Amino acid sequence: MVRVTGVADETPTVRTIRFEDPGMAAALPGQFAMVWVPGGGELPMSVMAGDPGGAAFTVRRHGPASTALYGVDRGDLIGVRGPYGNTFDVREGRLLLAGGGTGMVPMMRLAMRVADPSRVVILMGARTAPEVIFERAAAALGEVVISTDDGSRGEEGTAVDAARRLLGSGRFSAAYVCGPEPMMAGIVAEARSRGVFVQASIERPMKCGVGICGSCCMGDRLVCSDGTVFDGDRLAATGEFGAIYRDKAGIARRY
Amino acid sequence: MGLATRVAGIDLAGPAMLASGILGISMDVFRRLLDSGAGAVVSKSLSAEPREGYPNPTMAEAAGGWLNAVGLSNPGAPNFANMMRGAPGVPVVVSLVGSDPDEFVSMARLFEGLEVPAFELNLSCPHVEKVGLEVGDDPELVSRIVRSLKGAGVRVIAKVGLGSSDYLGTVRAAEDAGADAVTAINTVRAMSIDVHSGRPVLSNGFGGLSGPPIRPIAVRCVREITSRHEIPVIGCGGVSCWEDAAEFLLAGASAVQVGTAAGGNPGIFAEINSGISSYMERRGYSEISEVRRAA
Repeated sequence: MVRVTGVADETPTVRTIRFEDPGMAAALPGQFAMVWVPGGGELPMSVMAGDPGGAAFTVRRHGPASTALYGVDRGDLIGVRGPYGNTFDVREGRLLLAGGGTGMVPMMRLAMRVADPSRVVILMGARTAPEVIFERAAAALGEVVISTDDGSRGEEGTAVDAARRLLGSGRFSAAYVCGPEPMMAGIVAEARSRGVFVQASIERPMKCGVGICGSCCMGDRLVCSDGTVFDGDRLAATGEFGAIYRDKAGIARRY
Repeated sequence: MGLATRVAGIDLAGPAMLASGILGISMDVFRRLLDSGAGAVVSKSLSAEPREGYPNPTMAEAAGGWLNAVGLSNPGAPNFANMMRGAPGVPVVVSLVGSDPDEFVSMARLFEGLEVPAFELNLSCPHVEKVGLEVGDDPELVSRIVRSLKGAGVRVIAKVGLGSSDYLGTVRAAEDAGADAVTAINTVRAMSIDVHSGRPVLSNGFGGLSGPPIRPIAVRCVREITSRHEIPVIGCGGVSCWEDAAEFLLAGASAVQVGTAAGGNPGIFAEINSGISSYMERRGYSEISEVRRAA
């Protein structure tokens, strides 16, 4: 169990929960923790690390478990296990990092690891202006491009539209993406069609986090233990990326 | 010298099978495990209707193993049969969970014409009411279920566990009713409580313990069964390396199942195959069954 040291609002529905834990502070970009709120459920969360010894989760409230985590206060105890999963293969040259919603967390961590703002473009996709998160912090890590579906901030259109324009410039040697699966599928397809190396950090329902339960499977891959980060070619080979998910009973359904 | 073996009429490419409940909702994952050296794969326990299972937390580390109360989440037997129909060439031992003979038989019928070498009856899930251990604790009901399935002309493996009645009575009932083999054991009913919040760590409270802490219990059960009964036994409980697999064979098992240790390590089947193969070579054995007879 770890004690919550701080809670900060990012948007009306997104909060960052800070805590101290040496293991989580050492988590690599793309790695996740299974986070337990006693009495409120457990869910996989991408780990944000930054301050020495400190780590954080950025959570959007939507289901019971994420709402429970959103509702914790400074001083509360929460359970964390992990970090689990792999990390990104950071390439040379100019890099496009595209994040949608709380999918910005691994992109921020990745940008910190690259630690060279001159070769990083951070594309932040959101539905509308108030949902844009981490803008100030991102500006210190690279060139920031914002897109909103309703045009209330930055470019009007989806993150896929913005990524298409950016990748079309031919300036990028690699692209990295985390966000809703249809957005990731769109950007992975754009990058692959141009021969740009691309990786995505995938989110799927999880129970164990360590490759036992099978809940997070995508084709013959397990997101928790083979991922969360996969190459675009591997994702395309699953035949399920961006097209099929499994419900709580394990029934394959189309997006 | 060969690792291939035959248990109760079921051909196994190697002695280590994937246990039920692990990694079991994608035919592509099953194919990957068979390609990785698994002797056979067993599906999650399928019920007549889909089940979502319990909310998280459903799994937690405990005493060097894992505690789980997943709640038998599964797509339901009809959906799973359709998945198999769409992926020919991947044989799957189908695990079934239910509460009466007709339910089991109607589920088994859904798999006619598919590559199902046997049905494994879950008589031992320790954390869902009306099914699993509650059925296994009633030898007379077990007997009727096994007889009905044998009457339908399918191979039957009874998976037994430690419930509130003597599990050997369940084994006897299954054997007398014509079961082809027994798998022993399932997870052991268990619980963990977080001392900071005072709450059980699983949403369901009780769960089942798996992994290394239950291995000596499972080895004991395999020896107890094989010393009193003729029915072939598949050993299950905490197998994590080839030595563990060999230990079960020496206890009298005809094959083993690997569950928890396959988590995040699909290579475990190849590791066990290679270790058992070298062990047999050192001892001059040409068949898996000779390991068992050496005990």
